[in-house]
Amino acid sequence: MELGSLQRRYIDFTSALFREGFLDNQYTQLQQLQDESNPEFVLEVVTLFFEDSEKLLDELSRTLDQQVVDYKKVDAHVHQLKGSSASIGAQRVKNVCMAFRNCCEERNQEGCLRCLQQVRQEYFLVKSKLETLFRLEKQILAAGGSVPVLW
Amino acid sequence: MSSPRGPKACGGGAADRPIHVLAVDDSSVDRAVIARLLRSSKYRVTTVDSGKKALELLGLQEPNVNMIITDYWMPEMTGYELLKIVKESSELREIPVVIMSSENVPNRINRCLEEGAEDFLLKPVRPSDVARLCNRMR
Repeated sequence: MELGSLQRRYIDFTSALFREGFLDNQYTQLQQLQDESNPEFVLEVVTLFFEDSEKLLDELSRTLDQQVVDYKKVDAHVHQLKGSSASIGAQRVKNVCMAFRNCCEERNQEGCLRCLQQVRQEYFLVKSKLETLFRLEKQILAAGGSVPVLW
Repeated sequence: MSSPRGPKACGGGAADRPIHVLAVDDSSVDRAVIARLLRSSKYRVTTVDSGKKALELLGLQEPNVNMIITDYWMPEMTGYELLKIVKESSELREIPVVIMSSENVPNRINRCLEEGAEDFLLKPVRPSDVARLCNRMR
């Protein structure tokens, strides 16, 4: 694909991510911290988020699968996931975590399992969108262009 | 205390040695973000993932730490507990301690400030928060 249309695609795709609430201003803050001396900063942080989240989702499955659920443990994991999703601007994941914590407080196992399913869904959605975003950036750079700055 | 400077120019300490900040957070994501935020203001940053590791580092001969910035909620030792230990130590009590938390709990904030915390930052931390810390370094 030629450079101009790649860049247009990037702009459309990114705008949609923000408009649909997948990402919020915190993501923009991270982009603003990226520069020539830290050219991969966003990718590095987001990769840490992916690793951290998948570990947490596994732990949550395990913990909610017990005969007697340790809600303190569930809450601690959700708190962590909420924190890291907020730190990278993954707004929809963060929002589900907030609902999840309410279910923990109520010791509602059904509710928690529902939230887990939802948070998993939102996580994999935003993951795939971010991977597409990074792929587009790579393609633009490979075509000799610069990534449009949307802020 | 040096005269007020812009956020980007904050890094110079006594004799122009870069100001050294110890950042404590059990989240790898948050460590990466806070480190980048502080380094973009020209601070030298060391990150650790627990209060225990922070105390080990502070116990060294020349830790040369000008500020500690710590998460509140950490397993084993909270930021509040770390704050108390630092403020109760004759060697360490002069080091300003800043607490970060993702939760806006007034009681928690007050308790930390009463215990001697320099400031309390709500996560996610922003460049403007880091700029605010500029004048608080030792």
